Amino acid sequence: MKYLTRRRAKRVYEWRGKPLSFNRKLKTYEYGSLVISMEGVPGTMVIQPGQHILIEGEDDDNPYVARVLQLFGDENQEQKKALVQWFVRLSEVPYSKRTLLGREPHPKEIFFYQGPSCENEVDAESILRAVQVKHVDNAAPFPDSDTEETLYVKLSWDSRRFSVLDSAQLQNVDERCPPLTRTKPSLPPSPPRSPPAATPTSRARSLRSLPTPDPEVIRRAATAEVQFSSASVGKAASVEVESLHSATKLSASKCLSAKRRKMTSRTPGVRKKLNLSSPEKSKEDFLNQLLDEELNSEVKLAHRLSSSSSSLPLSSALTCSLTPLRSARKNSAAEAASRLKLAPVRLNRRSSTEDDSPSETSRASTPSRRKEVKSVKEPTLGVLPEADCESSPNLPVGATPRSSKRKSAMKVSSRIRKQLNLLNSQFDPDSDGDDEDEFVPSKKELQSSSEEEEEDHHSDREEEAGFDSDEEVVRKRRRSSAAAPQTPRSRQKPRPTTRTPRKTPSRKAPPSTPRTPRHATPSIPNRLLPTRQPANVLEEARIRLHVSAVPESLPCREQEFQDIYSFVESKILDGTGGCMYISGVPGTGKTATVHEVMRCLQHAADVDEISPFHFIEINGMKMTDPHQAYVQILQKLTGQKATADHAAALLEKRFSNPAPRKETTVLLVDELDLLWTRKQNVMYNLFDWPSRRHARLVVLAIANTMDLPERIMINRVASRLGLTRMSFQPYTFKQLQQIITSRLNKVKAFEEDALQLVSRKVAALSGDARRCLDICRRATEICEHSAADPSAAGLVAMSHVMEALNEMFSSAYITAIKCASLQEQLFLRAVIAEFRRLGLEEATFQQVLVQHQALCRVEGLQPIGVSESLAVCQRLGACRLLLLEPSRLGVLQRVRLNVSQDDVLYALKAD
Amino acid sequence: MSKRKGKISHQPLGECITQVQRILRERYCQQKLAKGLDGVGAQHKHLEELLRRTAVYGESNSVLIVGPRGAGKSSLLRSVLQELLEEKEVQENLLQVHLNGLLQTDDRIALKEITRQLHLENVVGEKVFGSFAENLAFLLEALKKGDRTSSRPVLFVLDEFDLFAHHKNQTLLYNLFDVSQSTQAPVAVVGLTCRLDVLELLEKRVKSRFSHRQIHLLSGLTFSQYLDRVRAQLSLSDDFCDSRFAQEWNASVKNLIEDKSVQDVLQRHFDCSKDFRSLHVLLMLCLSRVTLAKPTIKASDLLDASRLCLADCKTNMLHGLSIVELCLIIAMKHLNDVYEGEPFNLQMVHNEFKKFLQRKSNSMYNFSPPVIVKGFEHLQQLELVRPVDGSPKTQREYQMMRLMVDRSQIMEALQKYPQCPTDIKQWALSAFA
Repeated sequence: MKYLTRRRAKRVYEWRGKPLSFNRKLKTYEYGSLVISMEGVPGTMVIQPGQHILIEGEDDDNPYVARVLQLFGDENQEQKKALVQWFVRLSEVPYSKRTLLGREPHPKEIFFYQGPSCENEVDAESILRAVQVKHVDNAAPFPDSDTEETLYVKLSWDSRRFSVLDSAQLQNVDERCPPLTRTKPSLPPSPPRSPPAATPTSRARSLRSLPTPDPEVIRRAATAEVQFSSASVGKAASVEVESLHSATKLSASKCLSAKRRKMTSRTPGVRKKLNLSSPEKSKEDFLNQLLDEELNSEVKLAHRLSSSSSSLPLSSALTCSLTPLRSARKNSAAEAASRLKLAPVRLNRRSSTEDDSPSETSRASTPSRRKEVKSVKEPTLGVLPEADCESSPNLPVGATPRSSKRKSAMKVSSRIRKQLNLLNSQFDPDSDGDDEDEFVPSKKELQSSSEEEEEDHHSDREEEAGFDSDEEVVRKRRRSSAAAPQTPRSRQKPRPTTRTPRKTPSRKAPPSTPRTPRHATPSIPNRLLPTRQPANVLEEARIRLHVSAVPESLPCREQEFQDIYSFVESKILDGTGGCMYISGVPGTGKTATVHEVMRCLQHAADVDEISPFHFIEINGMKMTDPHQAYVQILQKLTGQKATADHAAALLEKRFSNPAPRKETTVLLVDELDLLWTRKQNVMYNLFDWPSRRHARLVVLAIANTMDLPERIMINRVASRLGLTRMSFQPYTFKQLQQIITSRLNKVKAFEEDALQLVSRKVAALSGDARRCLDICRRATEICEHSAADPSAAGLVAMSHVMEALNEMFSSAYITAIKCASLQEQLFLRAVIAEFRRLGLEEATFQQVLVQHQALCRVEGLQPIGVSESLAVCQRLGACRLLLLEPSRLGVLQRVRLNVSQDDVLYALKAD
Repeated sequence: MSKRKGKISHQPLGECITQVQRILRERYCQQKLAKGLDGVGAQHKHLEELLRRTAVYGESNSVLIVGPRGAGKSSLLRSVLQELLEEKEVQENLLQVHLNGLLQTDDRIALKEITRQLHLENVVGEKVFGSFAENLAFLLEALKKGDRTSSRPVLFVLDEFDLFAHHKNQTLLYNLFDVSQSTQAPVAVVGLTCRLDVLELLEKRVKSRFSHRQIHLLSGLTFSQYLDRVRAQLSLSDDFCDSRFAQEWNASVKNLIEDKSVQDVLQRHFDCSKDFRSLHVLLMLCLSRVTLAKPTIKASDLLDASRLCLADCKTNMLHGLSIVELCLIIAMKHLNDVYEGEPFNLQMVHNEFKKFLQRKSNSMYNFSPPVIVKGFEHLQQLELVRPVDGSPKTQREYQMMRLMVDRSQIMEALQKYPQCPTDIKQWALSAFA
């Protein structure tokens, strides 16, 4: 289905031997080996499960490497598929992560891929040939490459870090592959043959010869019945469900992250297995479950009977299959045992909710709907199965991830509010009253709404529990007590505080990338003596007020933050692309907000709430030519260096071709207006790529002018940019005050009035936060200098702020005129006199000279020479008090005033 | 007198005078800074604190030093740096990059110069200077790698700052200011400019990133301060090799300053401009007249030097003209008087000249037309006349011209012209041609 790009020599693919088994659910036959013969080349290649193969991909020189787990085909013998375990080359690892390897990669080195979801089922016809892969012990050196066809694997890559891979892990892949296949091969639908197969597209593979209950189904049915039904309802879900979705998803994903954290402490072997139950299998799980429902419908009765009577044999049978999964969360065997006892009970509950299932299956039986669920909802569903593993409350997972109020965004903003409330209650009890009023209710609303949601979950659960028998309730209690470590955590999670501690350190200590000598990027040499620490309050305040200081939070941009966050997050979750245009005058926090969003999203990706993504930033001002944008994007994406044209071609290819393991790319284009070219092809491409089907590109474009798309873009570019726009208003004085207060963060350095003066002044002029901070910083300096003893300097008062404001905002023209020499002043006077005589605002030097010489006589000075006067004129011109024509015109050059006549007269009179 | 002094002093007089000339020349050519610039104490302190904070605390800053030409902007910066570099903490940390808008005329050259001055070119190995784009990316990468506490602070000095604002997109300024406002390697950007309206040149996003600190160097110097300054500039310090000579020299300088005629000359210079550079030119001229035979500066030296400094350049050029050319200039002056500065062409000038010849009926100045044309061309080469802008290319005789010399300059030149014929002088003075 993919990799259609290349056919060098025609290959013929044939199954060898009879099918080993037949999957009734999926209608697939499994085969033992595949024979590949090439036209014109004698001999054939035989591919068997367990072998390593090369699969053709984008890069002809470096085909994908994978290990065959299973070979299967559909019943019509039309399609041949292979289930594979991927390996990645270093070139496939995101460029920014490559340094994590910390050493020179071997040219033939590959990495065992353990990362999140990627299609592990490939078209058998894309297989090029078999290849030898050897596992090398991590400490051991790479053997000399004897043959071309040998690749070496030392480490595994899970899209976040490299970790040591032992051979047992590799073996595990083999062991688990035949009995535990979790994929639903995406074969084209074949006509249904029997009533139970009313859902033709969904054919889960079941290798069990007897229709015994699938343990997963049982487990899931017990805990997450509601969830699946709503998920299968898909887009038909009501708006209410949608609004509740985010909370559920989040709690689910939090649980997942908790689980992940646990997992890391496990032995590699166990982890390996556990990975199978991680996101990539999610959709299959879901479909499997639906399918099993149908299959099981025949045996439902017997099966239910046996389970409800809690017959020992069956529960023991369940034990074996459940254990590996359960151990994800339960370490102790005792816990696992207590869980297992629940199995029958859950079956009971399943049966109690059986009323739902017919409608559910019938609704899901339309092939198109099912397909949609599979393809579009993949990322969303990727998070689902974690939810049902946990005993945490679950609600229907919404059909679309596009709910505007992301919990994480809310969390951040509420944290900001909380902080501000705290500060304001300390600093400013009265003056900000109304502002606070705006704030507080919204915060409460947010929190209470999340609380309500939780209550909803809770009551749902209780209701559910109500169906069960008394005995069941008791067991349930026991179960929840067994699951105690998770329950409180999942409960706590929506609280606004949880993110704070984790986020702050990550910002404070940016990850230092180990430098490889080959990529030695130059840097400013390190200082020989360490920086001094701030000694007093004013110095401390100055560091905090520096524009470069990254604040703990970005106050006053909550709404914008949420909008951008939900926009990008939804695109990442959907795996789609899109553009957003952000405008605002300089210093209103556009770039800072986007960076903050990215930090939060990156954090979310780190804890597996969303799938990982690339973040790339380009700045129109930081390149020499608009076409360099391509070069920079390519470099940041892949590390390749190319010329602008070549880079454009490569990017074009990258964004228009499908590829497995593709992560969403978030591209921030700062100072967009500088990417303007006459043909606008740079902008066109930037906004066109996101709309490609396989691009998974989100573009955030920032510029100063609100109507940039209308003003400079031609129609086809503006149209592609779309209408997702956001405009950052200049800060009001209250916001500026908040910004300073939050930055100072309890460092008491300013008088309240002084702060208000600064913010009001700046808000009246520009609303530029940078300006505001600079003035405050200057005021602390003035305060420090004015005090006789620097350590005894008090708070920054009004007078200091006034002085700083005067320094920065007052024009120096009048002072300059006052300080000018006598002849310069006379010349200015002569200019005005000549202007009055002519009635024009312009005169030639020759005309002014006459006036100047006359004035000299009036003042009783020695007559001034032409050269002297010309020199005076040039000096005034250099200061730009006068505007002059080029000096080669000599006495003929025309003279204009750059200051108003009134200013000149005022300055001269004051003498 | 000189003989007696030569005997008593520890050093021969010639040696002393060589020393004096060396010391004062160094002072006037700005190779050595005068100690303690007076009148700029506040600015000095501001700048010093700012740079110290960059060097010691790693705080990024940007500042503009604005002041008219010769106000001592560079001296201020240099004296601040000199003081700072005496501190060990600063000396070992601070890296300096000096750029000049007149030398680095575009960002490409500026970037290369920065890379060179930061000694980053050897880091990249043989690939020293790639394309402009690579160079920019390379430098930004280098600055981005650093952070406040660990990397050495870099001081960027941008002389003639206003010229950098004319570079395409102001890329360099944007990036420098952006670095100074973000968590990257600590930088201090110091711009020197004489334009008071320099902020209006910055693009709005560049402007927003600039910290808006401006240090204005506008001296409200009074004449008595100016005289003190002159004395300080002429005096020798106590650690001069021959103390006796130094004392005598300083006493003679004191006398010189108190001389009335000298004060008049200095007043005139002070009225014209308060800057030191023109003063240094004046004093340098005086200094060069000090010889073994005349070991002090006399008032007459200063007067001569002042006359040299104030001499009108155009008048001097008129002295070197031939009679034909002078006649043409006078004819042009009359045309200017009659037509009130309207442009003229060679034919009109020639006619005017012919009128004068007819009146005088004197064949002495009866030059043939080719001589007239040649003279006119010479005047054009000297840029005493220049063609009117935008006039169509016509025959040389009919091309419209303007006179670049003021009437007063012509009269002054005629006064001094050696052996100027009387009738020509009269013709020039006559109101009607």
